Amino acid sequence: MPYDCIVCVKQVPDTANITAEAMNPDGTVNRAALPAIFNPEDLNALEAALEVRDRYGGTVTAISMGPPKAAEVLRECLYRGADRVILITDRRAAASDTLATSYILSQAIRTIGRFDIVFCGRQAIDGDTAQVGPQLAEKLGLPQITYMEELLAIDGDRIRLRRNNGHGWEIVESKLPILVTVIGTANVPRPCAAKRIMRFKRARAEAEIEAEVRRQMPNASEEEIQAEVARRRDELAARGLLIEQWDITRIGADPNRCGLAGSPTKVHRIQSIVFSKKGYTEIPPTEEGIRQLIRELVVDRILG
Amino acid sequence: MGNYFLDNEDIQFLFRFLNLREIAQLQEQDTPNGQADYVPVDIDDAVDNYWRVLELVGEIAADYIAPNAERIDREGNRLLEDGTVELHPLVRENLRRMKQADLMGFTLPRKYGGLNCPNIVYSMATEIVSRADASFMNFFGLQGIADTIYAFADDAIKDAVLPRFARGEVTGAMVLTEPDAGSDLQAVRLRAWQDHNGQWYLNGVKRFITNGCGEILLVLARSEPDIADGRGLSLFITERNERIRVRHLEEKLGIHGSPTCELVFEDAPAQLIGERQRGLITYVMALMNGARVSVAAQSLGIAEAAYRLARNYAHTRQQFGGPIEKLPPVAQMVVDMRVAIEAARALVYYTSRVCDLENNNQRLLEWKADLSAEEKQQRRQLARTLRRLNSMLTPMSKYYASEMACWVANTAIQVLGGSGYMRDYAAERYFRDARITTIYEGTSQLQIVAAVRAAVSGTLESFLAELESRRFDDDKLANLQKALIEAKPQVLEAISFTKRQSAGYLDLVGRQIVDAAIILICGHLLLAQAEKWDRKRFVAERFIRSQLPVYRMCCEQVLSGDNSPIVVYEEIAGPPLPVS
Repeated sequence: MPYDCIVCVKQVPDTANITAEAMNPDGTVNRAALPAIFNPEDLNALEAALEVRDRYGGTVTAISMGPPKAAEVLRECLYRGADRVILITDRRAAASDTLATSYILSQAIRTIGRFDIVFCGRQAIDGDTAQVGPQLAEKLGLPQITYMEELLAIDGDRIRLRRNNGHGWEIVESKLPILVTVIGTANVPRPCAAKRIMRFKRARAEAEIEAEVRRQMPNASEEEIQAEVARRRDELAARGLLIEQWDITRIGADPNRCGLAGSPTKVHRIQSIVFSKKGYTEIPPTEEGIRQLIRELVVDRILG
Repeated sequence: MGNYFLDNEDIQFLFRFLNLREIAQLQEQDTPNGQADYVPVDIDDAVDNYWRVLELVGEIAADYIAPNAERIDREGNRLLEDGTVELHPLVRENLRRMKQADLMGFTLPRKYGGLNCPNIVYSMATEIVSRADASFMNFFGLQGIADTIYAFADDAIKDAVLPRFARGEVTGAMVLTEPDAGSDLQAVRLRAWQDHNGQWYLNGVKRFITNGCGEILLVLARSEPDIADGRGLSLFITERNERIRVRHLEEKLGIHGSPTCELVFEDAPAQLIGERQRGLITYVMALMNGARVSVAAQSLGIAEAAYRLARNYAHTRQQFGGPIEKLPPVAQMVVDMRVAIEAARALVYYTSRVCDLENNNQRLLEWKADLSAEEKQQRRQLARTLRRLNSMLTPMSKYYASEMACWVANTAIQVLGGSGYMRDYAAERYFRDARITTIYEGTSQLQIVAAVRAAVSGTLESFLAELESRRFDDDKLANLQKALIEAKPQVLEAISFTKRQSAGYLDLVGRQIVDAAIILICGHLLLAQAEKWDRKRFVAERFIRSQLPVYRMCCEQVLSGDNSPIVVYEEIAGPPLPVS
C-alpha cells in the first residue's frame, strides 16, 4: 500500500566547520562566512521518506521555509529523488522563531492536503532546539514519535518504529497520519543521482529567477524585469523545472503569527565562550598506551 | 565529507586543459538519446554535466567507498558450495551506492539509460574510484563490457542487456583466460558448439576471471574446432545460470574485494556477438584496448592514494628534530612520486582523449546517415591516423602508468619506513593492489611488444614532430623543449640500429626504446601544461632534468648491441633447476 510522505528540510550554516571568522564579536553566527548546507538530520529524514517510497510506493514531497537561496536544498532533494518540492518564502516570515516557523509549516502542510507521514530531522545544527518537529505535530493535531532510529514496518494505517531516547531504545507503534523526527544514526542518506542532477540542475524557484534577472539586468525598468521573470518562469514551468513557491498568503497564514510579530522568543543574553586548547597528550596506539589512557580517564572520573 | 575530485587540483586542471568542449561536441553529435529527459541543452551544458558527475563520483569515492576499503581487503569475498560467490556485504553496499547514483552506465548512450560520458571523463572517474578502493574499480571499471556489447552485438541483445547494465542491476566479466591460454589467447580451447536449431552452447574451463561471478559474461570460445589459431575464436554472451559454476575463488596478493574466479561451463547456452571468427581479432582487441586505458587510470588512482599518504606522513613524522620531509632523500622521494604521477596522468588522459576522438570518429563514420562523400573520405583518413596513434599510446599508457603505480606505492612504503611495512597504514595495501596492474589486461612485456612495434614504424616520429611544433614564448619552457628536441635523434638512431639487428633484438630492447619514447612524449605533454599553470613549470623541469639522463641510458643500452639474454641464456641463467 503506497504512502505519501512530506519532509521538512532546512538550509543551515555549516556550524560543524567553525573557524574564527565564523563568529561575530558579539557571539552570534556570521552567516556570510559559513557555507550553507543541507541540515544533516534533515537528510536522514529525506532518506527515511525515500525508503518508505522504495518499500511501499507513494510519493515524497519536500518543503523548506527560508530565503530564496533555500531552494538550493530543495534542488538537492530533487537530485536525491523527491517527487515534488515546495519553497515557502516570504519577507514577512523572516526572523521567525520555532513557534512561528512551526505555524507556517503547519499551514503549508494543510495546503498540500493529503499525506500519511511527515518526516522532520530531529534538530537543525544552527539553533539546536529540536522544537519545530514536535510543535508542528501539535499544530497539525498529529501523533508524534521523536528520535526515530529505525522504521520497522508500516501495515495498513499503523506504523511501528524504534526510537532511541538516548539511554536505550523503545519500539513504538502509532496510527497514521503521524509526524516523525529522525536522528542521524537512522540511516546513511543515499547519494545524488547523476541523471537527476543533469535534469534538475536548472530547476529554479521564482524568487531565484527574480534575483538572477535583477543581477543580469541592473538598468532595466521594473516592468521589464517582471516581464523577463514571467518569461523565464513560464519557460521553466513548461519544462517541468519550476520549483513551486508559496508565500504566507498562499498558505492562508495570519501575518501576525509569522516572522518577528509571531515570535515570542526573546534573546536575553549572548555569552561568547572561547575554548582555548591547552596542549595535548599523545597516546601511542599500543596496549600500554590504551591502559594508560583508561587509567587517566578513571582518575579524571570520566570513566566510572 | 571529502571529495576525491574537488581535492585533486591536477585532475581539475586537466579537465579544463584538455578542451572537453571539443570532445563533448563529438560525443553529442548524432548520439542516440531515446526519450531521455536529462539530455544537455548545448555543449557547455554537456561539459557542465561531466564536471558535476565527477563531483558526484568524488563524493561517493571519499564518503562511501574509501571507508569500506580496509575491511573489504581484510575479509574478501566468499565462495559458496553451490558454485556461486557471495560478495562482501560492503562490496554490495558500494555497488548499491553506485547504482543509486546512476553511475553504472557511465559511457552508454542515453537510449539505454546511460550517461553518455566520453572516455576521458570515465578515465578520471576510474582514477577517483580506484584511489578510494582499487579493487572496486573492477566493478566500476568493467563498463567496457557494456561498451563492447554496444559496439558489436545486434540490437536484440543490446536492448535486452544494456538497460540492465545502466540501471546497475548486473555487472559483467570478460571471460578470456584459460589455464593454457594466458598472454597467448590464440590458444583458447573452451568449446562453442551449435545444435541443429542454431543454439550455441559453451563447454570448458576459464581461469583467473575478474568478476567471473558477474551476471553477464562475454566469453571467448573456439567455434571453429578445425582452425587452431585466433581465427577460430568467436565471442559469446551468456548470462550466469546453473550450467556455469565458480569452481574456485583465487587467493591473491591484492585487490581482495574483486573476486577472481575459475569458471566451469557445462553446455551453457550462449548467444554469438557479431560475426563468427572475429572474436579475438576484432572484438576482444577492441575490448582490451578500452580495458587497458581503464587499468592505466586505476594505476593513477592507487598511486595518488599512496602518494597522499606518504606526503602527509613526511610532513607530520618528526625525526632528528623536524619533519622528515626536510631531509633531502625523503624530499626527493616525495617530489619524484608526485612528478611521476603527473607525467603518467598527462599520458593517460591524453590517450583517453585520443580514444574519444577515435571512437566518435568511427561511430560517425558508421552510423551518421547524411555523411557527404568528402566528409566520409576525411573521416576515413582520420580514422587511420588515430588508430595508428592509439595503437602506440594505449599500450604505452598502460605500461607506464602501471609501472609507475608499483614504483610509487613501493616508495610510499619507504617514506613511511617501518610503519609502511605494518598493516596499521594503508601503504602496504596500496602496494599489494598496485602489483596486479602490470600484469592483468596484458603484462607490461606485452604492452611493450605492442608499443614498440608502433613506435618503430614511424608513428613515434610523426607524433613527436606534432608535439615539437608547439612554440613557447617563455624562455625557460623553450629551452626545456629544445633539450627534448635535441635529444630525439638518439632514440631514432637506436631504432634504426635495432632494425639492422636480428629479429629478436627488437623485443629484447623494446623496453628501453619505449621508455625513451615515453620520456620524450611526457616531457612535451608536461611542457604544454606548464604554459597554463605555473606550478607545472617546476614539475616539467624536474621531470625533464631527471629523466633525460635516463633517456640517454636507455638509448645507449640499445646501441650497445648486447643480446646476451638471448645468445648466452643458459651460460648465465645456468641449466634448468631440478624440480623439488
